Amino acid sequence: MRSLLAVLTVVAAIVAIWYLAAIQMNSKWTRDQAARAGIALSFGEVVADTMAQERPVLPAPHQVVAELWKTTVQKKVTSKRSLVFHGWITLSSTVVGFLIGTVAGILLAVGIVHSRAMDMSVMPWAIASQTIPILAIAPMIIVVLNSVGIQGLLPKAFISAYLSFFPVVVGMVKGLRAPDAMQLDLMKTYSASKGEIFWKLRLPSSMPYFFASMKVAIAAALVGAIVAELPAGAIRGLGARMLTGSYYGQTIQIWSALFMAALLAACLVGLVGLLQRITLRKMGMAQ
Amino acid sequence: MMVAQAQSPTAPVIAADHLDLTFQTNDGPVHALKDVSLDIGKGEFVSFIGPSGCGKTTFLRCIAALEQPTGGSISVNGMSPDEARRNRAYGYVFQAAGLYPWRTIGGNIRLPLEIMGYSRADQAERVKKVLELVDLAGFEKKYPWQLSGGMQQRASIARALAFDADILLMDEPFGALDEIVRDHLNEQLLKLWAATGKTIGFVTHSIPEAVYLSTKIVVMSPRPGRITDVIESTLPPERPLDIRDTPEFLDIAHRVREGLRAGHAYDD
Repeated sequence: MRSLLAVLTVVAAIVAIWYLAAIQMNSKWTRDQAARAGIALSFGEVVADTMAQERPVLPAPHQVVAELWKTTVQKKVTSKRSLVFHGWITLSSTVVGFLIGTVAGILLAVGIVHSRAMDMSVMPWAIASQTIPILAIAPMIIVVLNSVGIQGLLPKAFISAYLSFFPVVVGMVKGLRAPDAMQLDLMKTYSASKGEIFWKLRLPSSMPYFFASMKVAIAAALVGAIVAELPAGAIRGLGARMLTGSYYGQTIQIWSALFMAALLAACLVGLVGLLQRITLRKMGMAQ
Repeated sequence: MMVAQAQSPTAPVIAADHLDLTFQTNDGPVHALKDVSLDIGKGEFVSFIGPSGCGKTTFLRCIAALEQPTGGSISVNGMSPDEARRNRAYGYVFQAAGLYPWRTIGGNIRLPLEIMGYSRADQAERVKKVLELVDLAGFEKKYPWQLSGGMQQRASIARALAFDADILLMDEPFGALDEIVRDHLNEQLLKLWAATGKTIGFVTHSIPEAVYLSTKIVVMSPRPGRITDVIESTLPPERPLDIRDTPEFLDIAHRVREGLRAGHAYDD
């Protein structure tokens, strides 16, 4: 109960600051309009106007909520104006990319843990790959893949995978190396093979690390999917929605797409968390 | 330097002959074991006692083929330690129980059995048998975190016993437990030893523990790691806990302490 109060207080504070900022930022346009028309406005009128502009610098929270409501509940999901439709486009490439990235990450980690050569040769490249801004490399991936005939979902998914494999590699390398010397010695006293050590010791030990890195990876995959929609001039997806919004100064549209993306990310991370709880409970590791 | 020969009627189970082990470190070579010769006969309970760095754990690890000696020779059941391990000659109990948290107690004991390829029916039977042996019957389906530290260590002993190795190697198995639990486990270990007739190698820091448990006490000293004394215990096989107050017990404890002092174990 106490924590609920604390959470609500923080939310209320954020909303209050947001409203104040909206009034402050949008009032300039209101005053300019009024001056041009030669009308004097009272403070109350200025505030009322900043809450209801069509293209505000910063939309008020209720405007964003209204837009979200209008574009999700009140639109058919097949409509080009439905955020559910655009969210689904982004979600599908996020999930495909996340799966590719996770599988690639696990395979790389297994290789790195078992081969010193791979440890020395792959890890620096994995790190280097993440130092390049995704915004710079995304258009190139799309252009290159397009030239070999890969279009649609896959190029976007690749960019998601590009961002999401890294946390999985780092987490899984750490996780697969989690067993201490004593546990490895124990396996040695049984004359266990490398495969048996992997399946019976390393892999189960890595599970808590695996889920932690998957949470990071799925959020990164969503960012990747959205960024991938920007350079291709895509017309579908949350990224495209933000892009067209910025072309036409539709700030409310941008913000609602932004919130949709945040909501999506929260759901995905929550889903991974749920999977983690179920798996660890089944393994007997959730006390 | 004393070289001891076991007065065993049959061939020794473990025979170390002028064993050397030198670790190369950045600060130069470290002589973990130097010229260690020791025979352990079948069914003996041998304790290794000495200060840190005397090589008692290293010697145990050489028997288990977890370390490779740099000189001398060692045989286990008449084979090289490597071969002996492949023939499931020994079970090893570490200082920590090291049970897998994602396996139940039964599942942990099944681990070596799965790796060694026992049938499922055989596995179930063996798990039941060894759990009774360590007084943990009924705990098969519990997870390690549901057990106390002493019970976890008993489960790890059960795990080492599950595949019928003749030798049980124990590296300070009760070192992390409090004294009351330790007394209880020592008593149980003696019963288990009497019931199974295993050859036991037992590393410890505790003089009373070594004297109470062993038929033979090997006193070691550091820099270089070597054997300074081998004491054949004169205590009877039946040993209630209060045997530790008898003059005979105190005599042996005194001799162990003398051996440690001779090896400069009490120097700064």
